Amino acid sequence: MTQNAPEAGSTTHPIRPDLDRPPHARLDHTQPHNAQLNQVSKLFGSFAALRQVSLTLEPSRCYVVLGENGAGKSTLLRILAGLLRPTHGTVSVFGESQPHEARARIGYMSHAPMLYDELTAEENLRYFSSLYPGRPCLTPAEALRQVGLDPKLDRLFGQYSQGMRQRTSLARVLLSVPEILLLDEPFSNMDVESARQMVALLAGFRQSDRTIVLTTHQRELAAPIADFVITLHAGRIASITPGFAAANPDRHVAHTGSTAQ
Amino acid sequence: MTRALFTHLAKDLRIEWRTLDAMISMIFFSGLVVVLFSIAFDPRGAFSQQIAGGVLCVATMFASVSALNQAWAREIRHQVMDAQRMVPSAGAELYLAKTIANFLFVSIVQLVLAPFFFVFYNLHIVGNAWQLALVLPLGTWALVVNGVFFAALSIGSRNREFLLSLILFPIFIPALLAMVTSVGSILTGDGDPTLWIKMLLGYDIIFTTASLLLFDVVFHAE
Repeated sequence: MTQNAPEAGSTTHPIRPDLDRPPHARLDHTQPHNAQLNQVSKLFGSFAALRQVSLTLEPSRCYVVLGENGAGKSTLLRILAGLLRPTHGTVSVFGESQPHEARARIGYMSHAPMLYDELTAEENLRYFSSLYPGRPCLTPAEALRQVGLDPKLDRLFGQYSQGMRQRTSLARVLLSVPEILLLDEPFSNMDVESARQMVALLAGFRQSDRTIVLTTHQRELAAPIADFVITLHAGRIASITPGFAAANPDRHVAHTGSTAQ
Repeated sequence: MTRALFTHLAKDLRIEWRTLDAMISMIFFSGLVVVLFSIAFDPRGAFSQQIAGGVLCVATMFASVSALNQAWAREIRHQVMDAQRMVPSAGAELYLAKTIANFLFVSIVQLVLAPFFFVFYNLHIVGNAWQLALVLPLGTWALVVNGVFFAALSIGSRNREFLLSLILFPIFIPALLAMVTSVGSILTGDGDPTLWIKMLLGYDIIFTTASLLLFDVVFHAE
């Protein structure tokens, strides 16, 4: 991956339209987009978590973000969610220059479940759905059914298994019917079958004009829904490849337009 | 405003009802302070009447801090606060609900503590007893409204429990002074606590308004 990293300061990725790619795999900045990052850098003290990242996220696309620990995946998602502000560069989400102004339209799932252990899953979801005034939300039961959980399960969230916690966490994200889903390692702690079910669920969301950005270390699980695979290395975008070509290193350079070797 | 406020409040009350975490620690701690002070000072005679107000306020204050330190603990534990920051409702509602919940917890502890307090210090109220029903809630609100705010402010700090006491106590001193003097006046019948009660009311209005206005900044800080 490192040898494909572009030169310092050249991490903008206007993917050149490539006619031998299917239309859905093109990343064209002139298309309508849900979110855009322009030369975004994020510093924590002297540590640069993200460096000059530029990215355009289109509707009905799923972007899978790969990278080793500390590559900047979570920081990228938190900036898109409006939970972090970039140190340099600009972020625009649904045309808003402050992503947190569009937060009702964004669903963010972190490593942590972001739910209360002392409440049941249904109580947790009812609590969060009440905090979206004027926005049509799924009912807690609908959201739980979508992720394959029994809404009648009368057990405290703290007593759930890790896989169930992940599903409930996803149900919280789906509750507000967000237009952008930001999922930070959604398959962690899940068995393969549950993860595949989640992928199938996300595939349905991708087809309804929503943008999905998910980070994972399990690229093979996310491969079926990935329109683009973004690889981060040391805070920079090392490559963006169309999803179907993610496992094919020979096509990698041609599709990113990167000349770095 | 009100719907989200009640949603947050109902959630906090439900969790406390199930766990009783804050209540148990506060009752235990404040009970300990009252008993230890009653042993340290001779509870017979006029002196106990004079110091009783101070002991009650200090017991409440220390007990409250033990609960206020944990006011945001559940939100921090599983990054629930990030999910709350993502919702479109104002952070001030979350803050106000948390303040009301903690105010109710401390008030319940005061009610539980009161009979023991009167027994241990052999107290009888000489002044207007109804004024206690003004002073104690106003003083408790002054403590809690600042405590919840500064607990949120110190979330990002490694030494947040120490930091909370360090910031909260100096700011609470004017309210503590008003509370102790008022309770002393009511118990002994010496002097009129009206001015101190008005001061407590003014303090509460100022700090509640300032905290509500500033909370969104603290809440959305990185």
